[in-house]
Amino acid sequence: MMSASAASPSAVLPGVARKVGSLRKERRWALITAYVSLVVAAIVMLAPPFYMLITSLKTSAEISNPVGTPWIVRNPTLENYWALISDPMFRGFFFNSIKITAAVVCVTMVISVLAAFSLARMKFFGSGLLATGVFLTYLVPDTLLFIPLYQIVGGLGLLNSIWGLVLVYPTLTVPFCTWIMIGYFASIPKELDEAALIDGANWMQMLTKIFIPVALPGIIAATIFAFTVSWAAFVYPTAFITRPDEMPLTIGVVSQLIRGDTFAWGQLMAGALLAALPPVIVYAFLMDYYIAGLTAGATKG
Amino acid sequence: MALDATTITETGRPAAPATGGMTLQRFARRRSTIAFLMALPLIAVIAGLVAWPAGYAIYLSTLNRRMTSFIGLGNFEILLDSETFRMVIWQSCIFAITAVVLKALLGFWLAHMLHHIPTKGQRVWRGMLLLPWVVPPALSTLGWWWMFDPSYSSLNWLLTAMGGPSIPWLGEPGWARASVIIVNVWAGTPFFMIMYLAALKSVPDQLYEAAAIDGATGWQGLRFVTLPMMRNIISITVLFSLIVTFANYDIVRVLTNGGPRDLTHVFASYAFQVGVLSGNIPRGAAVSLFMFPLLATVAFFMLRGVNQRNREMA
Repeated sequence: MMSASAASPSAVLPGVARKVGSLRKERRWALITAYVSLVVAAIVMLAPPFYMLITSLKTSAEISNPVGTPWIVRNPTLENYWALISDPMFRGFFFNSIKITAAVVCVTMVISVLAAFSLARMKFFGSGLLATGVFLTYLVPDTLLFIPLYQIVGGLGLLNSIWGLVLVYPTLTVPFCTWIMIGYFASIPKELDEAALIDGANWMQMLTKIFIPVALPGIIAATIFAFTVSWAAFVYPTAFITRPDEMPLTIGVVSQLIRGDTFAWGQLMAGALLAALPPVIVYAFLMDYYIAGLTAGATKG
Repeated sequence: MALDATTITETGRPAAPATGGMTLQRFARRRSTIAFLMALPLIAVIAGLVAWPAGYAIYLSTLNRRMTSFIGLGNFEILLDSETFRMVIWQSCIFAITAVVLKALLGFWLAHMLHHIPTKGQRVWRGMLLLPWVVPPALSTLGWWWMFDPSYSSLNWLLTAMGGPSIPWLGEPGWARASVIIVNVWAGTPFFMIMYLAALKSVPDQLYEAAAIDGATGWQGLRFVTLPMMRNIISITVLFSLIVTFANYDIVRVLTNGGPRDLTHVFASYAFQVGVLSGNIPRGAAVSLFMFPLLATVAFFMLRGVNQRNREMA
């Protein structure tokens, strides 16, 4: 790997001075390799979303009669977006997603902040075991659980209801959020809570007055994670929801905008982009928290 | 890092001074009660929504189709006897291993490239390259599906424009399998890249300087400094991704829905097909339980890795 040579900042150390000329050349080449790789990677990574955008701006006529390259749009139109926004069914998907995500994020954060505080700072019988359990739970994929959960949710009469999804989504979000919150809480110096205890604070005050403010970056990262995961969840809604009026966006776009043999590709792509927009916006504005959360453990995907 | 959390819970708080006697004892008892109550919702989620369904899945898999009588391992026997299901096992393993290896290599390469360019440019590149990870996979796969479309494939347009052949992306089994892997690699590489980049940044520069003074070449620096320092994060990332890729559902569902001729089914999509769509819940549960041995093995190694890491850091 030629990349490694440039990794060493040691290239200009005195001991290797006689090689400086060739090393500088080598470094320049390494830099060129780096940029070329990154440009190629960026093109590959961004091509599908870009092509989705291009398609969503085309009329059906332009899509079905391609002249020349399909990668540019000749008569851009927003009619696909308008058609979706004025479609009550699509708006319904959006509201369902918002309702589900808001409920799941609140439930998740309450559960995981309380549990993380208790596991990081207070001890009780079996707390060490529980921390390991949280980690193991995080490794259980939704595709292993959806069939028994289908039976359980069905038994509760919550199939075809967004509340059934609100009930099961915590299996996707709670373990990871608890896990990263334990890490953030554990990194808070013990002197802080001792000081608070001496001042007569009780455990609840300690959590709300010290831990939550100090670990705010962690809380933001966990919230972003919970939001992204519940917005993008696919297995559970596909299994539990068959009625269009209770569908969240992901499954709504995939199942309801694809009908028959002739697909309205422009509308489909517009729908997919609109559905992907909220996580992308959150990412664009909170990239650092997003990445902090990602590297704090490991995210699903 | 969050991964050292288990040690913290085990060491706990320093013992309180013994002066208070009775009251302190009561305090400790109260503290553990409060702690337990605070963790109770979490316990409820783990027990009610993960542990119980997992056990229930085992019970379900031993029933007959109408769920009226116990048939022991009958579902597993029928599955193993079926040609289709043996293909599913193969396809799942090939898919997961190929995709994870490619993601790990490409992610490693990109992380290195990103690490080499000047720091102030890194943010923008990282921002762009992470985008496939941010878009919900079911939706970005729709875009790929459209790019693979037999009559309007924009990828084939590019290939023919460059003088290449036109590829039947989703129509022919071999290519359909490759397509599923391509989309998974596209969506998952950024995750590896970002994890490795974080690991690369945590390797102290002094180590490379010391290696260079000792006359190490760039390759040796990579082999004897970078890789050992990153070993833990590499293994955790690979193991984790192996689980997630092995259990993947979205991409297969949107891209091929198992076809052509059930040849691109993985465990998750086949379990869905059998359990939910064909209504044979017990057999579907049996299909998804086939994932369990691999998951348990991977989880064991991950847990060992995490504990090792904790001990090193303690």
